[in-house]
Amino acid sequence: MLRYILKRLLIMLVTLWIIVTLTFVLMVSIPGSPFNSERATNEAVQANLEAHYNLDEPYHIQYMLYLKSIVTFDFGPSIKQPNQTVNDLLGRGFPVSFELGMVSIIFAVISGIVLGILAALKHNGMIDYLAMTFAVLGISIPNFVLATMLIQQLAVNVEIFPVATWDSPAHMILPVIALGTTPMAIIARLTRSTMLEVLTQDYIKMARAKGLSPWKIIVKHALRNALMPVVTIMGTLLAGILTGTFVIEEIFAIPGMGQYFVESINQRDYPVIMGTTVFYSAFLIVMLFLVDIAYGILDPRIKMNSKGGD
Amino acid sequence: MEKILEVENLHVTFTTYGGTVKAVRGVDFHLHRGETLAIVGESGCGKSVTSNAIMRLIPDPPGKISAGTITFQGKDLTKAPEKEMRRIRGVDISMIFQDPMTALNPTLTIGTQLMEGLREHRNISGDEAKKRALEMLDLVGIPNPEERLKQYPHQLSGGMRQRIVIAIALICDPDLLIADEPTTALDVTIQAQILELFEKIQETTGVAIILITHDLGVVAKIADRIAVMYAGKIIEEGTKREIFYEAEHPYTQGLLKSVPRLDMQGEALTPIDGTPPDLFSPPIGCPFTARCPFAMEVCDKVYPEHSSLTETHSVDCWMQDERAKQLLAASAGTKN
Repeated sequence: MLRYILKRLLIMLVTLWIIVTLTFVLMVSIPGSPFNSERATNEAVQANLEAHYNLDEPYHIQYMLYLKSIVTFDFGPSIKQPNQTVNDLLGRGFPVSFELGMVSIIFAVISGIVLGILAALKHNGMIDYLAMTFAVLGISIPNFVLATMLIQQLAVNVEIFPVATWDSPAHMILPVIALGTTPMAIIARLTRSTMLEVLTQDYIKMARAKGLSPWKIIVKHALRNALMPVVTIMGTLLAGILTGTFVIEEIFAIPGMGQYFVESINQRDYPVIMGTTVFYSAFLIVMLFLVDIAYGILDPRIKMNSKGGD
Repeated sequence: MEKILEVENLHVTFTTYGGTVKAVRGVDFHLHRGETLAIVGESGCGKSVTSNAIMRLIPDPPGKISAGTITFQGKDLTKAPEKEMRRIRGVDISMIFQDPMTALNPTLTIGTQLMEGLREHRNISGDEAKKRALEMLDLVGIPNPEERLKQYPHQLSGGMRQRIVIAIALICDPDLLIADEPTTALDVTIQAQILELFEKIQETTGVAIILITHDLGVVAKIADRIAVMYAGKIIEEGTKREIFYEAEHPYTQGLLKSVPRLDMQGEALTPIDGTPPDLFSPPIGCPFTARCPFAMEVCDKVYPEHSSLTETHSVDCWMQDERAKQLLAASAGTKN
């Protein structure tokens, strides 16, 4: 187990390094610089500014400086908002984005599993058809369309929920629904199909033959086995939620990390681009790692060693 | 001897898109305390359905016990509410499944699966449950029982797993054990061990066993009485000796002839030609008519009456009818 974790950590570092390098290459290859979008500055001022942010150095030096900033986790000041450091931006934006993402994924997992179980237990019944119609809709409607529809219907036409921003639990409801519905639908469909399969297994019949209550049979014997594939796709769903937060934060004017991420690219705010990218990537990589660990805990047949674990 | 189980006129049907399958069509049998009854027959004859019906484990829908009674210790199980059935399952009647590779939950430890029935039905502490579990593992011949409790099914061999399944079935000390093809999925050497285990268990606990199988070798080893099923009916029933040496139904005779024996030198096996009838629309007469070498016109039209040959031996065949015997005697007379 320990060897497996160490090996995984090493692989995670390599992955992160590749992402950092690619980001750097892409960043310097987009035309323009942080300063040429503003009103014309004279040559000397421009050169001074570039020297201040080390942009006059050759690429390999700049690259080394970036690596250094990542290792020390000090991305320096933002170019566009010079009175704030990248760490300030991350420190302010991340808790909000994290909250949005986590609440959405928890909503998606819980309601998806419950819906999937209900559909499987009432197989080919009314609840099943309703749940699966709902799931197909959830998978087909993109989150930005759903977000706008929700605002239009539930915040503008009928004023039940606030339109935007992130102040109280009531503010969370619409963004979380918009962000969590697609993963919820995917989880519901997957849970239903694996649950149907698991319920026909001999060990379920055996559990019934032991005289266990239906509740125990479902929760203890069926659900755990049915959730294996759900855990497997959790990694992909997490990535989806993460990228979804950019869009949803934009639509609901939520002060998360997404806005800095998108703006920084438009404005060529190099330190912010690097900072947010590294942060998002590191977060996702760690999450995927946790999902793999969870998989090993759920299924005792998977051995966490350096040979069989990857 | 006290009858522990009496099944009378049991009918089980399955409603499918293609029509209604009459899987069990009027089965009668009984079982005494501490006795082993083997139900034999080929695939699809309704033997597993019969055993599932006793446990009321037929998936409903599509399955349904459409008629008959199952009297277990004086109670009709076909009318028992589900809640009462839950108290009977695993406690009074237990079941052993065919394939030990799939009968155990891969994500739970042996200990959890062994003890959960006990914890569900008996009000006992964790320590007592564990003590009982270790006793059971010892009874079924599992070495290092303490260690096994913490292991998962995939860490054990097939034979070991079947022993665990048997231990699970016996842990609440049931009066009746239904074993549905308990040795079919095992190696021959392991089969013999498991059968010996059944004999040992019956000696120690006095449990009555219904053994569902298509393997006559297994039957010869441990059964007291045998019921032969064909197309949803029991067509012949008798003691082991009566079925093996004095079988009267042409189907039973055919079944015995199609089993290879060690003393057959160069002789070919005699299979039963044809296939069992379609249970969507079973024949009105004897279902074996189409494959029977002695078929008569009456066989096709009317189901034979139940003829008791001895107190224990009975058969459903027109050739055993009094009138057939008289005719045979008469024709023998004219020839001479």
